[in-house]
Amino acid sequence: MSTTTKTPAAPGAPERRTPSRSARLLGDRRLPVLVTAALFLAMYIAGLSRYQNYGFGDSQVFLNLFIDNGYLLVAAVGATFVIMSGGIDLSVGSVIGFTTMLTAWLVQDVGLPLLLVIPISLAVGAFGGFLMGYVIHNFEIQPFIVTLAGLFLFRGLCLVISKESIAIDDSEVSSLAQTRVPLGVGELSIGAVVALVVLAAAFYVLHYTRFGRRVYAIGGNEQSALLMGLPLGGTKIAVYTMSGFCSALAGLLFMLYIQSGDPLHAVGMELDAIAAVVIGGTLLTGGSGYVLGTLFGVLVLGLIKSIIQFEGTLSSWWTKIATGVLLCAFILIQRVMTTRKKT
Amino acid sequence: MAEPQPVLEMTGIVKEFPGVRALSGVDFRLFPGEIHALMGENGAGKSTLIKVLTGVYSLDGGTITLDGKAVRIGSPLQAQQAGISTVYQEVNLCPNLSVAENIFIGREPTRAGRIQWKRMRKEAAELVDRLGLDIDVTAPLSSYPLAVQQLVAIVRSVGTGDSDGEGSGTKVLVLDEPTSSLDRDEVLELFRLMRQLRDEGVAILFVSHFLDQIYEICDRMTVLRNGTLVGEHMVRDLDQVGLIELMIGKALDQLEELHDHQLHADVGESLMKAEGLGRTGGIAPFDLDIKKGEVVGLAGLLGSGRTELARLLFGADQPDSGTVTIGGKQVSMSAPNDAIGAGVAFCSENRKTEGLVPDLTVRENIILALQAARGWTRPIPTAQRDELVAKYIKALDIRPANPEARVGQLSGGNQQKVLLARWLITQPKLLILDEPTRGIDIGAKTEIQKLVVSLSEDGMSVLYIAAELEEVLRLSHTIGVLRDRKLVAQLTNGPEITPSKILETIASGEHQ
Repeated sequence: MSTTTKTPAAPGAPERRTPSRSARLLGDRRLPVLVTAALFLAMYIAGLSRYQNYGFGDSQVFLNLFIDNGYLLVAAVGATFVIMSGGIDLSVGSVIGFTTMLTAWLVQDVGLPLLLVIPISLAVGAFGGFLMGYVIHNFEIQPFIVTLAGLFLFRGLCLVISKESIAIDDSEVSSLAQTRVPLGVGELSIGAVVALVVLAAAFYVLHYTRFGRRVYAIGGNEQSALLMGLPLGGTKIAVYTMSGFCSALAGLLFMLYIQSGDPLHAVGMELDAIAAVVIGGTLLTGGSGYVLGTLFGVLVLGLIKSIIQFEGTLSSWWTKIATGVLLCAFILIQRVMTTRKKT
Repeated sequence: MAEPQPVLEMTGIVKEFPGVRALSGVDFRLFPGEIHALMGENGAGKSTLIKVLTGVYSLDGGTITLDGKAVRIGSPLQAQQAGISTVYQEVNLCPNLSVAENIFIGREPTRAGRIQWKRMRKEAAELVDRLGLDIDVTAPLSSYPLAVQQLVAIVRSVGTGDSDGEGSGTKVLVLDEPTSSLDRDEVLELFRLMRQLRDEGVAILFVSHFLDQIYEICDRMTVLRNGTLVGEHMVRDLDQVGLIELMIGKALDQLEELHDHQLHADVGESLMKAEGLGRTGGIAPFDLDIKKGEVVGLAGLLGSGRTELARLLFGADQPDSGTVTIGGKQVSMSAPNDAIGAGVAFCSENRKTEGLVPDLTVRENIILALQAARGWTRPIPTAQRDELVAKYIKALDIRPANPEARVGQLSGGNQQKVLLARWLITQPKLLILDEPTRGIDIGAKTEIQKLVVSLSEDGMSVLYIAAELEEVLRLSHTIGVLRDRKLVAQLTNGPEITPSKILETIASGEHQ
């Protein structure tokens, strides 16, 4: 792979760059995902050895990671698309909160059937994302600013519906929330299953569709993508629409998980989603990363929570501290990797 | 032989920018199976013509005919679909994707919406193979050097418009300055590919500042000057002197003048002295003594540490070892600010990313360093400012001579002059010029070299870095030779110093 032309190089020609084995490994785009996966494994093993007698090794504890973090996984998958394209979406948490309010209100106060409420709320989320994408592309405004406006807008809209939280006692909702899918070694909730399906779909889209490759291309170099004749606008708008859709879906799962709507649900969850994406090895500058890494990012965050619960004596704020430390470490790794690539 | 039907005909092309008429009624034609050079000084309108052709700029007047049919090209995508592909000087591909993807993105083979990776890799490999290249298509593009990336860009453009991998889709291939950062072997490889494509009937439009390359590879050329057509010639009918005269619109006397120029002997006492200055991973410790009014040239291959040395002297990188003394006083060069304060100015080789602010006007760009040196709380009086700007626009012949023009719309050579003006206005004691003549045409090149000579005659010291040895040789009193990030020799210029002598020194790595 080191030679590039068939004509023999003239003597004295500067040698072609031949990356050494270790340099190649360091430059491999899969490395961050592997690091995250290894970290998850190490944390899990550490948990096993420390809390073995408290049932940490129970397979249901592992499956609970998916049950308790399904909504975060869905939101993080949406965020992965956005970050991969070189953008950012700060409206995720607000859209989730708004969706819980909207669905709770529609089911509880308006009395619409759940089957109708689901498509409505998904459409609302997707439309919100579409609008933000449209503004970002057509007015060439920083995604940071546009989605920050979205963050305030949706949070404000929550309070338009109601200032109080709305508890849901609809039988359809609670039966759906309590449905468990048996897996032999344990069981998963509907939310966890949906999250895994979304993950698989996202993987397929990113790797096996032209749209997915365009997302990578735009994140890699937007100017180049334009000059290569790729439809920039359509792709960017679609990415934000998908993020809005995923946020709304995450909101539905969150509503199922908590069985209420509250104007203060999921405040700051966009930051959790972004943290999961970054810990999962996706470059914040875009163009490099894997949705599978996002899964490990979510699992690592979930595992930190579980371990702190098992520890029992630690305040839950340690979750934030651990997340902060990890995030810092992973951003430093990214930095080292990208500067290495440049030289 | 009857002239065949041109594949591309542009007639009466007009393009205007605010305050600038970049193209006024230019005609241009391109025949299948030829390599056609587009020649002209910087600012003559070459880039603009190409951008109009490839849909980056919209037309303000004129028509484009492709294969006898009038076409409207509104975007790069439309240009590609019409069969016009472009490879730019800065490779416009996605480094994060694999070679195969870069060749195929936007038209990947799919079945029921699913990308067929195997088929794509196979077709990419076949295409690469057919063009006589040996590139691993599964490797990420960023793992290859720029030269190979450029070849990949050409492969992509050849494959554009067809998905059966036979490369019949591209009718016109535009190569905009593809050779400016390639070494000789890489250029030869590029030329081999260009000839192969030409023989397959592709019309190639080639832009380069290297006249020798034009004469080596091109069949026909079109010369532009100041946005107008000067003429179309067969390359074999026009010699280099004639071509240069067409390009600059005047006889060559003023160029000759510089060849005969004698280095002035008026070199004063030591101005800046570096002792044991070095930086791990940058450049090995070196001693360098720059005297007042002296031009010190740095020679060496690309990546031999020329820029690194200059950056240390300017405080842009922190040295690990060594000292710098200016006028006998030891100074700490920990930031560019220290250097600027000590009277050192640095014109970076990356004028676009490290020097100019493209969205600001010529006036604002020129005044930037002076304002910084005065401090932001002491604005320069308007009248004085306008006078200074006007003086340097005139002295350096910046075109258009409009202080309100946006720098981003100027040509490369004129941007370089703006950058020079910015530093000259601060009246530095030492001017560091890193590749000031790269990517600019011969007329502007000569002007900049003449400027260096006159500055040094006025007592300014200059550290001059250039890839062309003749250039360094012509201007420098002392020539520092670099090799493998080490200053291996310092030669005093004289009749016995020739380019081959310097090359020998670079090759052997020692002072002979």
